[in-house]
Amino acid sequence: MNVVKSNNIYILAGNCVTPSGFNLSENIEAIQKENIAIQEHNDQIYSSSSFYGGIIDNELLNQTIKKKIPLANNFSKLEKMMLLSLNNIKANYLPILKDRCGLIIASTKGNIDRINLDDEDYLLSQLGRKIAKSIGITTDPIVVSNACVSGILAVSVAKRLIQAGMYDHVVISAGDLFSRFVFSGFQSFYAVSSNPCKPYSANRDGITLGEAAASILITRDQSITDTTSYIISGDSSINDANHISGPSRNGDGLFKSIEEVLKNSNLSAIDVDCICAHGTATQYNDEMEAQAFNRSNLHETPVFSLKGFFGHTLGAAGLLETVVTLELANRKIIPPSFGYDFNGLTLPLAISTGQQNIQINTVLKTASGFGGVNTAVLFQKPKPFFNVN
Amino acid sequence: MLIKHICKISNGQVWLDDNILHEDRQETFQSFIHEVYRSQKIAYPKFFKMDPLSKFAIVGSSIIFDNLDGDIERDTALVFANRSSCIDIDKKHLDTITHIDNYYPSPANFVYTLPNISLGEVSIKYNLKTENAFFVFEEFNKPFLFAYSETLLYQNKATMVLCAWIEVNNDAYEGIFFLVSKEGSEKNLTTQLKNFIIP
Repeated sequence: MNVVKSNNIYILAGNCVTPSGFNLSENIEAIQKENIAIQEHNDQIYSSSSFYGGIIDNELLNQTIKKKIPLANNFSKLEKMMLLSLNNIKANYLPILKDRCGLIIASTKGNIDRINLDDEDYLLSQLGRKIAKSIGITTDPIVVSNACVSGILAVSVAKRLIQAGMYDHVVISAGDLFSRFVFSGFQSFYAVSSNPCKPYSANRDGITLGEAAASILITRDQSITDTTSYIISGDSSINDANHISGPSRNGDGLFKSIEEVLKNSNLSAIDVDCICAHGTATQYNDEMEAQAFNRSNLHETPVFSLKGFFGHTLGAAGLLETVVTLELANRKIIPPSFGYDFNGLTLPLAISTGQQNIQINTVLKTASGFGGVNTAVLFQKPKPFFNVN
Repeated sequence: MLIKHICKISNGQVWLDDNILHEDRQETFQSFIHEVYRSQKIAYPKFFKMDPLSKFAIVGSSIIFDNLDGDIERDTALVFANRSSCIDIDKKHLDTITHIDNYYPSPANFVYTLPNISLGEVSIKYNLKTENAFFVFEEFNKPFLFAYSETLLYQNKATMVLCAWIEVNNDAYEGIFFLVSKEGSEKNLTTQLKNFIIP
């Protein structure tokens, strides 16, 4: 099959594995039922006292792997999650993509549950090789490890590499675990909420952690796209050069990233139909986003965070939330911002308080993270498939 | 794309383009990188609080940026990569959470368990509100680092890119920092460095 090379770079075939479901439609169904992935857990593996988190049931995952990917029986939990999320792309797209296909793995800590002081099997470089081999991609895997923007930064990296002619297609798989390693770290920051997290709320008191894997295909080949595909019309990832563990007060980096994606897309703020924001429910992050969205004139655009549903899935979050939001957009749905009740920001934002059904052609995804990173990516429905009334 | 400067730090030697700036055989990475910091007069007290990876990033970046003929371009992007992520600080954090009766995780360690913090530290030191990304590969992936830097330059995301391979794993280390731009005159590099850096 010949590749129909387009100037446009498309995103399609998204899928995800979360505590709410092992494929995208199960997750969408759970969102519509407002059946959140975050639950109370009491498990000594993670913490000596009970806590809230979004954790995938091992038994359920193992049963599903046994049926669907028996070869992965001895793989780690994270590898199983990632391979399950890649199953659709592997079966339906990889056979036709041939060798001009790259692989990007996005993760902050990879197989961190397997860390010990004596060996290096947990390293991210090993994870990349294992996933590439398992799905039969022969190009060198690229691992993006850029804190909590990893998953969405990977989309931007894929687009750039395709535009530069390095690949025609890139498969992205993002994944991170709920681990004692990370949970204890956020606890030491006093950044963990005592209840399911409440992004943008006056009652927010920190994050809730979660785990997930999400996968997607990025391509320049228009012939493999369909009506659910989106164009990646702008992308940017700017550091705010402020503090390694706190965002800038005025949202400088995020503001600059948003300005850049609007410029790339030849669009203005008014053209954005909804924003799937980072919304971690820490005091500083949510306030920083309010500053940046106001500076960008996006304060009247419907905005929501999915952290109150899935928890903060770290390096997976950006891709998971993109996959879910684009599918909801295809179904003309803006979800509620889970956990939001009373406004806790000093500037106005149009936070989604209940499911809305509107035409959505342009979606802005943003994420920010430790190290001062701020990524923004704008997705647009291709013109022939524009949703119109 | 042109390489403006290369700094190579390995085997007890620090090279900037074709000049050796520093040479000494310290036993540990920490004593070596502290020696380089002092000999190059970097003067940035926050350095001492950082994890090994960020210390390495600060030293290499400073050697390149502080030796520029003119000012640093305001939109200089940062693209860093390595093999072992931040394994040393991972182990340090792990050590603080392994024993129930000796449990003392600290934010000052934990924040460095993300390799991209090294990008943040360099961005802060030079006030670079610019594109940055951290990648992990099994070995120094020259073709990728060049290709990705080129995308940033030619897609107008940056006018210069500081690219770096910064690998630290206990006392084994290798740092290769190169500043690239679309145009300008290429430095007359020694064959040794050229062979090392040109894919």
